[in-house]
Order: sequence, then structure tokens, then C-alpha cells
Amino acid sequence: MKFSHEILETNAGILLIGTMIAISIGGLVEITPLFLIKDTVEDVPGVRPYTPLESRGRDIFVREGCYTCHSQMIRPFRDEQLRYGHYSLAAESKYDHPFQWGSKRTGPDLARVGGKYSNEWHVQHLNQPTSVVPESVMPNYPWLAKTPLDYSDVADRLRALRTVGVPYSASEAEYQANVKQFGAEVANTLRIDKAQENLVAQAQAGNYDGDRSFVSEADALIAYLQVLGTMVDFSKVKPEDLVKYR
Amino acid sequence: MAENAQTQGPQTTGHVWDETLQEFNNPLPNWWIWGFYATIVFAITYWLIYPSWPIGKSFLPGVFGKIEYTNSEGQTETWHWNTRAKLLKETEEAAALQKPYFDKLASLPYDKISKDPELSSFVVSAGKPLFADNCAACHQSGGGGKIGSYPNLTDDNWIYGGTYDKIQETITKGRHGYMPPFAEALDPAQIEELANYVLSLSGEKADPAKAALGNQLFHSHTAACFYCHGNDAKGRQDIGSANLTDKVWLWANVPGASDQAGKVAEVEKVITGGLNRGVMPTWEGRLKPEQIKLLTVYVHELGGGK
Repeated sequence: MKFSHEILETNAGILLIGTMIAISIGGLVEITPLFLIKDTVEDVPGVRPYTPLESRGRDIFVREGCYTCHSQMIRPFRDEQLRYGHYSLAAESKYDHPFQWGSKRTGPDLARVGGKYSNEWHVQHLNQPTSVVPESVMPNYPWLAKTPLDYSDVADRLRALRTVGVPYSASEAEYQANVKQFGAEVANTLRIDKAQENLVAQAQAGNYDGDRSFVSEADALIAYLQVLGTMVDFSKVKPEDLVKYR
Repeated sequence: MAENAQTQGPQTTGHVWDETLQEFNNPLPNWWIWGFYATIVFAITYWLIYPSWPIGKSFLPGVFGKIEYTNSEGQTETWHWNTRAKLLKETEEAAALQKPYFDKLASLPYDKISKDPELSSFVVSAGKPLFADNCAACHQSGGGGKIGSYPNLTDDNWIYGGTYDKIQETITKGRHGYMPPFAEALDPAQIEELANYVLSLSGEKADPAKAALGNQLFHSHTAACFYCHGNDAKGRQDIGSANLTDKVWLWANVPGASDQAGKVAEVEKVITGGLNRGVMPTWEGRLKPEQIKLLTVYVHELGGGK
């Protein structure tokens, strides 16, 4: 039988399969090399998965739609580097699922906001941004510091992240592997069986929202904001090494 | 003739649906066709010029010249064009332009910097964006601060000292203001007396009888305010305790209070709850030493540098 347009156009099943093949060529050409090329994700020390508290803070960041106005991606341009700090590395979002690179900056980029402001500033700013930045158009988020953080399912959330490749440890062997990779201190925060315990301990020790009586959503969000972009110590990375990853 | 007109009609693809529904096969406009060919040519040129096609575990580096930059050992290196190499080169070029100024800034002692007009204007122009990016979020864009939260940098009142060295120390290491809460140590009446005394110190209206009792408390070992604020209540810059005798308010928003009761309440709030805020982050990890020196001069020149 001679192949013709008519066969495709009169058989829905064949048309569907043909369409899928045509579209997947575009996807495969763009995506497959990223898995093969070794240089895609830079080999830099310091990047670790988020602690349970930071991870919940990240969930709140996503829930409140912060990414619609704030990017987390400093591009390798001079103006961006001067404004926001060192350009973002692929390695820095390798444990992000999904990544928060964003595509629009109504507010500033947040990729290196960690450590830039005090916790107290963040509390005040989330409560009423115009009280510290008069020209800000960011909405108020007054409920964050008042709402207790729901962390009952934090272990399940870490387990879900583990299935997509984030090295939270579910067994002794995985824990030992983490000790080897990240050191004992970080490895302890990645234990799924201790997720709740670790979350509360970090919130108590960090006292991010200035109120130790309960763990609030602001505690989690500020813990997350304060770690953004701080994992890689760029004084220990040679700039020319990063050039060679591209 | 009629038959001829029909055969000369528009070409069809030969597809017929529902007996008479035909699909015409009109040619695309020429401008569109050529535009399409042009995008293909553009794409292929782009692939050749810039890093593009994957080949196994590597990729085509592109023929768009090489980028030459200096590595951290001071040697010249070249790499195929990419945005990171380009950024490194541009950063090095800009740093080379600024280098004479930063070198001069680093070598001169602080008091000489402000006397050098060229260097002063460099400090102002380079310090402005640095301040706007790093400091203005708290101290506000003009450095005016915010009563209740962040110190004013434009007045001559300094919590930790307004000399160049002290400002540099503050920026480098950060600060953490602390005052213990007195809610448990003192009863409400005593706190009210103290608040009246504190108001009277700077010439605010206060109940004289209560202020007198507050004066005694201030200097007693019960409240022990003088440990940190000093016998003269002028504060100690080495520990960052406030000068209570001037009219500058940081934590208690006395100027913003509408009536006398409000003013007393503002001061009482600080005495009762203490302060564990006043955190200024440390900048030594984020800014380079020469940037900190530049900001030190900038902040010093904002107002009342000592």
C-alpha cells in the first residue's frame, strides 16, 4: 500500500502516533544531550538538599506564588552580577523540584537573597512590604507569621522528593552515603525518620519570626529565603573553572 | 468555453470530503516562502557561530572566535565563546578601569580620602548603587532609617560609633543589639516611673514626681539601667547602648506618638519587652574589602561622620 497523506488524515490512531513522533524529535534533540554531556551540572562543593524546615518554606514560596514576581536565576551578565551577585549555577538548583527560576521580575531576583537581610527585616517585610520599601508593590502577607506551619506530612513530602532523586535518607545505608557526601551534620538533617524532629529543632534554634511559642509559616519561609544562594562558597571556586562548564 | 474555465480553476489537493468539499492547493505568497528560507539560513548560521549541536558527550563549540581572559593564577586563557567567558572578560575589563581608584582608596588612610576630590566623587558614584542594593532595604534609600526598626545614618548620633574604623567594623562584622526585658524584674508602676524619667532626659514632657522615682530606679541595682546606659544615661558605644539624653529615638516611636500617654507607652514597651532585634547582617562574606571601605566612606559622608 502506498503511503499517502490520506492514510494519516483518515486514521485518528496513526495520526496521533505520527504527531507524537514528530513532536518528540524536538524534545529529544534538546533534552537528551543534557543527560549525556557531563558539563551540564557543575561540580561545586556545598550544594545540599533543603532541610525539612527549608523544604516546607519552599512549599509556601510556591503556594503563595512568589515565583510569579520573583525569579531565582541570575544570568551571566555584568549588570545582573552587579545587582544580584554571582550568576546562578545549574548545580545550585539540582535538588529543586520543580526549580524556581521563574520568568518574570516584578520584584527583584531572589537567587542570592540569603543572608542579605536580617530575619527581623523579613518578618516586617512579609507583613507589610511598604513599611520597609516604600515604593514596593508587593502585597502584604500578614497571615504567614500568625499561621502555624502544618508539618504533619513533612516526612511524606521528603519521601516524594526522594523518589525523584533528592538524597533524603530512608535507610541506614543511605544515611551513611549522605555522611560521606555531605558530612554528618547535614546528613542528620536529611533523615526522613527524623524530619519532624529536625524541623521543630531548626525553627526553635533559628527563631526566624522572633516568636518561639509555635512554628509558623513565616519561620519556614524565612528559613528558606535565608539559605537561598548561600550554599556555594564562591571564594573557593575558580571563575575560570565555571567558564569551562559551558 | 465553460468546460475550459472549470479545468483552469484553482488546483486542489485531490482530497474530497462529503462528496463536494474540496481542499484547494493555492501557492503560498512569495514573501512568506522567502522569509521561511531565510529563517533556515539564519538557524544554520547560528549553529555554526555559537555553541550548539551536541556530539556524543560534548557539543560544537561554535566558530565565533575565542574569548581571552585572565585566570586566577594570572595567566591568560582562551575558551570558546560562551556567556560565562564573556562575563569574566567584561568583569576583568571593568575592574581594570576601576583599579586605579580602588588602589588609591585602599592605600590612603580614611581622613585623606574625603580630601581628594577625584576619589570623593568616585566614592559617591560607586557607593550609591552599592548602598541602594545592600543598605537601603533597611536604612532606606537616603539613609534616613526608620524609627522603630533601623537607625538613621544621616544624623550625628551613632549607636556603635561614627568614626571610620567603627563604621567599617559595623559593616564588616554586623551588629546585634540587645536589651533584656524588664517585665519580670519590675512591676508596671516602676516601669512607668522609668519611662517618665527616660522622657525627661531628653526634655520631653514627663510627670516630675514619677521621673524622680524613675531616676532613683535607673541608678539602683534593682533596675540597673546604668550598667549599660551609663550614669549619665548617655549610652556606651562599645556595647551599642543608646544615648537616652538626646532627642533621637530609634526603638520607641516617641515622635510618632499623638499624646503624652502614647509617648509613655512607647518607652514602656521597650523597657517591658527589651530588645532582641536590631540585627545588622555581616557583610564580609558578601562584599569585598575594598567595597566595604568604599561604603564606609560613603556612610561617613552621609551625615554626621565623626
